[in-house]
Amino acid sequence: MTVEVGAYLLALALALAAAQTALSAAARGRLSPVLAGAANGAAIGCSLAILAAFGVLIHAFVGSDFSVANVAANSHTDKPMLYKVAGAWGSHEGSLLLWCLVMAVFGAALARARGLPFRLKTTAVATQGALTSLFLAFAVFTSNPFARLDSPPVQGSGLNPLLQDPALALHPPLLYGGYVGFSVCFSLAVAALVEGRAGTPFWPAWGRWVRPWALASWALLTVGIALGSFWAYYELGWGGWWFWDPVENASFLPWLAGAALLHSAVVTERRGALAGWTVFLALLAFSFSMLGAFLVRSGVLTSVHAFAVDPERGTMLLAILGLTAGAAFALYAWRAPQMKGGGLFAPISREAALVVNNLFLTAAAATVLLGTLYPLILEAASGATISVGPPYFNAVFTPLMAVALLVLPAGPLLAWKRGDAVGAVQRLWVAALLALGAGGLALALFQPRKALAAAGVAMGAWLICGAAAEVAERIRLFRAPMGESVRRARGLPLAAWGMALAHAGLGVFVLGAVVETGFKVETARALAVGQSLQAGAYVARLDDVRIVEGPNYLAERATLTVTAAGGHAARTVTAERRFFPVGGQTTTEVGLDFRGLDDVYLTLGERRSEDGAPAWTVRMHFNPWARLIFLGPALMALGGLLSLLDRRLRLGAGARRRAP
Amino acid sequence: MGWLPTSPKARRRLWVVAAVAPVLALAVGLSLWAMRGSVTYFFSPSEVTEAAAPAGRNIRLGGLVVAGSVHKSADGVVAFVVTDNAAETRVVYRGDLPDLFREGQGIVAEGAFDESRTFRARQVLAKHDETYMPREVADRLKAQGEWRPEAGA
Repeated sequence: MTVEVGAYLLALALALAAAQTALSAAARGRLSPVLAGAANGAAIGCSLAILAAFGVLIHAFVGSDFSVANVAANSHTDKPMLYKVAGAWGSHEGSLLLWCLVMAVFGAALARARGLPFRLKTTAVATQGALTSLFLAFAVFTSNPFARLDSPPVQGSGLNPLLQDPALALHPPLLYGGYVGFSVCFSLAVAALVEGRAGTPFWPAWGRWVRPWALASWALLTVGIALGSFWAYYELGWGGWWFWDPVENASFLPWLAGAALLHSAVVTERRGALAGWTVFLALLAFSFSMLGAFLVRSGVLTSVHAFAVDPERGTMLLAILGLTAGAAFALYAWRAPQMKGGGLFAPISREAALVVNNLFLTAAAATVLLGTLYPLILEAASGATISVGPPYFNAVFTPLMAVALLVLPAGPLLAWKRGDAVGAVQRLWVAALLALGAGGLALALFQPRKALAAAGVAMGAWLICGAAAEVAERIRLFRAPMGESVRRARGLPLAAWGMALAHAGLGVFVLGAVVETGFKVETARALAVGQSLQAGAYVARLDDVRIVEGPNYLAERATLTVTAAGGHAARTVTAERRFFPVGGQTTTEVGLDFRGLDDVYLTLGERRSEDGAPAWTVRMHFNPWARLIFLGPALMALGGLLSLLDRRLRLGAGARRRAP
Repeated sequence: MGWLPTSPKARRRLWVVAAVAPVLALAVGLSLWAMRGSVTYFFSPSEVTEAAAPAGRNIRLGGLVVAGSVHKSADGVVAFVVTDNAAETRVVYRGDLPDLFREGQGIVAEGAFDESRTFRARQVLAKHDETYMPREVADRLKAQGEWRPEAGA
């Protein structure tokens, strides 16, 4: 019975989203605050209805109601409780419902936002309502998560065992928070195109309104991608953390566009310049999100992470993408030429530095997009089936980013309008020396043939030291008395700390990625109990392999002792090969030994017989500084969060009021 | 610099073009250069003739693992035969097979042929989902009338 309530709530949410669109559009037409209030109420009601529907779906999963097709296909009574709940968003239907939920919650937050001018807000709420209606209609008419089965099975087919993992249980909600959060930027951009007037102080204010949404979405997306990458790292057992797979690229494209949007919105906010470009990026970020959803769900590209693939529904998503992005970009083409540029700036200035940032980020996004879609284009054009692998992306993306990172630390030190290049260089020479020192040290410590990795180390150190130099400059560290510096540090806006932290986080990530890629060691051997193998500075000894029984799997569990090369600092690590009888699938549980910043990464392979005695293939990776790869994005997201908490960014809080 | 336009707007536009052009040229140039070297073509066993996939060229080979053909030797080398039900190719792979690798399952192997026309795989991909079939494999099987979804292969 509750399941029917869920289906009803979903239909109700669709009706409310449609009402939100119509009421808000009418409110805009008649300039009626009453209609606008009703539209906002509908937006909030819509989000509550989807929330309740989502609760019903989780209830059906928790109670293992196999009369529901979605539950029967993705759950099992033996599954642990966390994965019963997470199973609610593990399937196509459930994750689409999650998508709609996030969209409606962001829509409700937009409806409650204060300080936006009436016309802009009503148009944005109407646009957001239209987007929500489209996706809800898609869910209700083609992918109803509450569809019943005529003859319910006694037992469900179980969730894909690879998805039964804490990191992956959290990954979709965070990722969708980012993906779908950009829909608000999209709606605000459409509203700005409709309502924006040239020559008014409208654009700086619009920049300030759009930035918190972009920041929040980007920070969520950062954590979501990092979690997904961490999951691939330890659950797939391949030892890698990024494969340039189409599905990974699909999440990376909106991230790049969002990062560009964050930076260009600052220019629009402070100087009223680049308004047309910022609007374009706001449209682009969510279009990339929808493109990603299409690529992931339609299965048009061969991916190692393909779940819930359905070509027919993919076509529907393509239609939604074509309709919304097509309409928005057509509106852009029509209205953008009427937007006159704002303040002028010199070639050496903060604005120019941010333009350079945008240039590289969008160029990088374009190359990733090309590499991701090229197999589709070529297949349509010539019929040849190809794949574009990591060599392409490494050869194109890395140099572009390297140039961008090289100029990054100078940007925050330049003044608005007209900057002082010599001054910026003077303030950065300590950071540059430190970075070169770090690179030289890396070159001297490791073999000279690792010159590229050493250059990468210098780059990471450059970013971290550059961010530190920027903060030191602002608080006049060592130039003013200590008390004065502390006072200045306290007075520094949170947004400044956020920016420095995010830039340093990028440096931390670069350090981790470069060191892990450049200096990792991998060995594999067939080991009998008591034998050992070595990777890098660590030795692993196979102590014991036994069969253990999990809640819904059987596993071979290997106990290994990892010691540093000298034989000290012994630690016990377990690695497993799990067999899930439901679905007949085997998964690898990696044994991870966290050694400071380094990982010792052990996977247990198949059992073989060697001269009668049982032996197991054990693969051992030594991944130096792998921790930084995931710490860096966490710092970046934290930086975004700090910026978001800055009082100046909060809508209507102490900001100069400017009526458009 | 007398050749610069006098209007500040035109000057700014010139600066923007001067900044954008090299980056775009760099991006396009790098893309074209990298695309030439790193694109991997996909073949099924009946298409991998000597001419289409010469020894040493990196390709992707997709098909079904022939039942009973998987042979694991003690030194960690796995040999198996991949078929599209029209032709067969022998594949040799050193390393751990993916968890989802099974006889009868569709797989994609990436690697190159050696001089004796044995395919040396560097990577074997089977998908996360046990019912999932690599799209290229499914398409080729459909084209050859060998598509039997009810058999799961």
